Amino acid sequence: MNEWTKTDREPDPLPSSLPGPTAPGLGEPQAEVEETLKRIQSHKGVIGTMVVNAEGIPIRTTLDNSTTVQYAGLLHHLTMKAKSTVRDIDPQNDLTFLRIRSKKHEIMVAPDKEYLLIVIQNPCE
Amino acid sequence: MAPKQKKKLSRRKKSPKPILAASEDMEPVNMESMGHPEIYPLVLTTKTQEIFNCRIDEDITDEQPYKLINKEDIFEDLRNRAAVSDFHPVKKIVQEYPGNELLLVYDKDFKYGLNFYLIGTEEGKENYLNPPEVSEEQEEYKEYIPEDVYIYKPPVSKPWVSLGSEKEIEEESVTESTKQITYMISRKRSEFGAPIKFSDQNASSVKDAYIECTAYPDKNFTLKQLEKDVGMQVIPQIKDISTQTKWTYPKNATTQYYPREFSEEEKETLKQSKPLVDFLNNASISVEIALQQNEITNTFIDDWKHLAEEEGTFGDKTDTHLKEYQSFTDLHSPTEKMITCVSWHPTIYGLIAVSVAVRLSFEDRVHFSGKLLLQPSLILFWSFSDPIHPQLMLESPDDIFCFKFCPSDPNIIAGGCINGQIVMWDITAHADRIENVKAGGSRSKKATLKPMFLLEPESNKEAMYIRHCAVSSIENGHKKVITDIHWLSDTFEINRMGSVFENRSGICCQLVTCSADCTICFWDIRPQKPLTPQTTEKKKEESIEIPFDVPSTFLHLDLSWKPLTKVRLSKGETSLDHCPTKISLKEDHLLCKTQDKVLAQSKTAKAEEMNPYHNLESRMPNLLKPIDDFCTKFFVGTEEGEVIYTDWKMEKDPETGRLMPKKPVSLHTIHDGIVHTIQRSPFYDDIILTVGGWNVAIWKESVMTGPLLQSCCAPKRYTSGHWSLTRPGVFYIGREDGYIDIWDLLEKTHEPAQSQNICITMITCIKPWIFSPKQQFIAIADYYGTLHILEIPWTLSRPSTNEMTSINHYFEREVKHLEYVEQRKKIREQEKKEMEQEMAKKKVKIYQKSKEQMEAELKMDYESYLELEKTVLINLGLIRVTEKGSYSDVM
Repeated sequence: MNEWTKTDREPDPLPSSLPGPTAPGLGEPQAEVEETLKRIQSHKGVIGTMVVNAEGIPIRTTLDNSTTVQYAGLLHHLTMKAKSTVRDIDPQNDLTFLRIRSKKHEIMVAPDKEYLLIVIQNPCE
Repeated sequence: MAPKQKKKLSRRKKSPKPILAASEDMEPVNMESMGHPEIYPLVLTTKTQEIFNCRIDEDITDEQPYKLINKEDIFEDLRNRAAVSDFHPVKKIVQEYPGNELLLVYDKDFKYGLNFYLIGTEEGKENYLNPPEVSEEQEEYKEYIPEDVYIYKPPVSKPWVSLGSEKEIEEESVTESTKQITYMISRKRSEFGAPIKFSDQNASSVKDAYIECTAYPDKNFTLKQLEKDVGMQVIPQIKDISTQTKWTYPKNATTQYYPREFSEEEKETLKQSKPLVDFLNNASISVEIALQQNEITNTFIDDWKHLAEEEGTFGDKTDTHLKEYQSFTDLHSPTEKMITCVSWHPTIYGLIAVSVAVRLSFEDRVHFSGKLLLQPSLILFWSFSDPIHPQLMLESPDDIFCFKFCPSDPNIIAGGCINGQIVMWDITAHADRIENVKAGGSRSKKATLKPMFLLEPESNKEAMYIRHCAVSSIENGHKKVITDIHWLSDTFEINRMGSVFENRSGICCQLVTCSADCTICFWDIRPQKPLTPQTTEKKKEESIEIPFDVPSTFLHLDLSWKPLTKVRLSKGETSLDHCPTKISLKEDHLLCKTQDKVLAQSKTAKAEEMNPYHNLESRMPNLLKPIDDFCTKFFVGTEEGEVIYTDWKMEKDPETGRLMPKKPVSLHTIHDGIVHTIQRSPFYDDIILTVGGWNVAIWKESVMTGPLLQSCCAPKRYTSGHWSLTRPGVFYIGREDGYIDIWDLLEKTHEPAQSQNICITMITCIKPWIFSPKQQFIAIADYYGTLHILEIPWTLSRPSTNEMTSINHYFEREVKHLEYVEQRKKIREQEKKEMEQEMAKKKVKIYQKSKEQMEAELKMDYESYLELEKTVLINLGLIRVTEKGSYSDVM
């Protein structure tokens, strides 16, 4: 059932270790970005990936424009709300990851100070 | 009182009053109480009587009961005897007496209490002395009341005597007791008539403007209530508040916005920025963990829920038999008929059409052909509400062996005849009759209790013969019986080449038929553009009078209908061709599923009031867009039991330049008899069920190596089959002994799950149909012409929860199995090859041996061969055993 053995690459790292693919240097940041996104997209069941800036404007996406814009706008608001909720409860806490599981998909949002990474996956086999 | 006194006064009797002996101090008692104040009763002793010479019965007699006595005498008596004197009590009266003589009267009767009485007044004396006659007279008159003579006496005025009534009058009279005060108010003359100005003034502000008598609580009058009856009720606090808002008229307001986006250059610059790279590196870690978690397992799955089967079954779970619902037989036909094809009406509930054909073999048909011509060949429309009379009867020139309702308009029916013609009917005119069948039938049943045959003349449910409206051309069509007919889907159409184009008309306008003359023809029901006008003129001359009740929908086709293309299934060089019995195109399964679509279409057609079939326009082949990637392949089942997968697209033969049909993609001889059912599963596009001979096969379209499932030989021949419409793994097979086998692929794949007897003869057609999620019927037609309608029980109609996926898995497994078998075959072949090679190598090795050894071996072989020959001949009995020894050797 471990689908990631099928893809021809090394197994993904555990959280404690360093990121898997060695950074090829700052000279090719674009390629690195592409490579990371491609890697995420190649996971089993992933429907779409997108990178959104702090204002909710999409930077990079694999879905069509209208869908991207919709997701970006909505999830941006939701992430801000979730973040403020966590901070309100405990000011020293912060939101690290947001997963929304619905009947059909799972939406994963990784927030950052400036950007958001949104991945939509269909978890059912 | 006064008049009374007067009366008494007038009727007074004797007057002198006796004087009582009383002391000088006492007031003399007068007879005022009796009404005589002047009478003073007296007691006179004998001595006194002697003194005054008023001795009783001597001086005073009855005639003269009084005596006048001098006043001085009384005074003298009084001086002499002082208090002892009898006149003492009246001393005062005597002193006051004005006259000289007092009247003393003897009271014989003691009227006034004492024996004498003295009259104190002069008047009294006078009255006594004078009016005694009057009173006596009055007394006399009183005694002599009953006298008739009444002498009128006029009233004599008398002086008014006051009797004290003035006092009362004085008391009661109202006089002003107080002195009246007189005020005189004067005012200046100039002030009269001046306008008056009133002003308000508070009474309390001006001093002494009013005098009030304030109330004060007087303790004498205060009552203290010690007990009180009070009722209480608890209610929620209610507050009524109202506000008013400003009502402005509603306006539509719209907003239009577009999202902010980055331009391409901005995106590029951002992509290269370091923060994004770092962010992605960091974020992708957690994202990938999450993704992998999902891949590993679905944490939110409820195993318990997925374990259980779906609850809420309707009906008995254990009931797995098909229940008999109704059966229809045509009782009016003279000859014995069999049912060749059954079709449910796509839209109307409870209506099923059946084509009947005469149950004769070919020879008998030829023999009785004359008789058969007279009898009409029919398609009967049966309704659930009327099991005896068919609702409609469609007439055709010859026996129909297959027919189909048009999917886009259920009023158009196309059927294939035994003689190779296609027959078209248009029952639009009778559509309302059959639509209201159920309602009308039930109403008439409820209204009267008469048996059905009595209702015949009254009800207008007489089945009418409806003539066909078009038949295909005899010369250009099929030459033999049409075994299968299908309507092409309304999404595409084909041209003469077999290329597929899009269908702009939105209706099904093309048919495909296959017949026993080894051809498959495509037909178009639209009028052909006349290539040469002369032919049309010729047609007009030859035109036959058409009966008036036949709709002219397909008039353009009648007797001149040519097929669009003909595909000949040839077997190659040999003259024998494949004889197709059934075909299965890709879109056939849509007929079962999209009932709603048909309903919607028919409704819209009605709403337009313009049936597209009545206004068929000719084809416009040049304007249509070709559809690419259309699979023009289809399955054909033949009479010999083969399943052919071939293409209808024509290709140009490079040698002859003619259009030639392509060679079949694959051919399998699986069945032992005629393939009478090729059907695609309603759930899967590429799973086909073929039934023929004694077995059943399930195919997958892309897998051409063989069937996924092939059943073993059944004890009885299978004569018809159909997939279940709701359960993906169930199909029904009819046998020649009247049994129906229900196969359930989830239960058993080597034999039917159930077997049920329906009738006594061969089952010719099976057609299930869904009316509602809870009601499913299956129509089973048999060889003797009876159509049985059975109800499918819950278990057979309701799919289990994962049935679709399970069946999917099953088919995939089978495909894999086939692949494995193929691979094994290859491996086996390879092995075989290798073995052969080895053998060959071995042989080569053998040949390398020395010649002498070879010769020796040859010799040995030859000897062994001779022996063998001998043995065989002896066994055959051609050589006698001459020697025992050799015989024993032989043995």
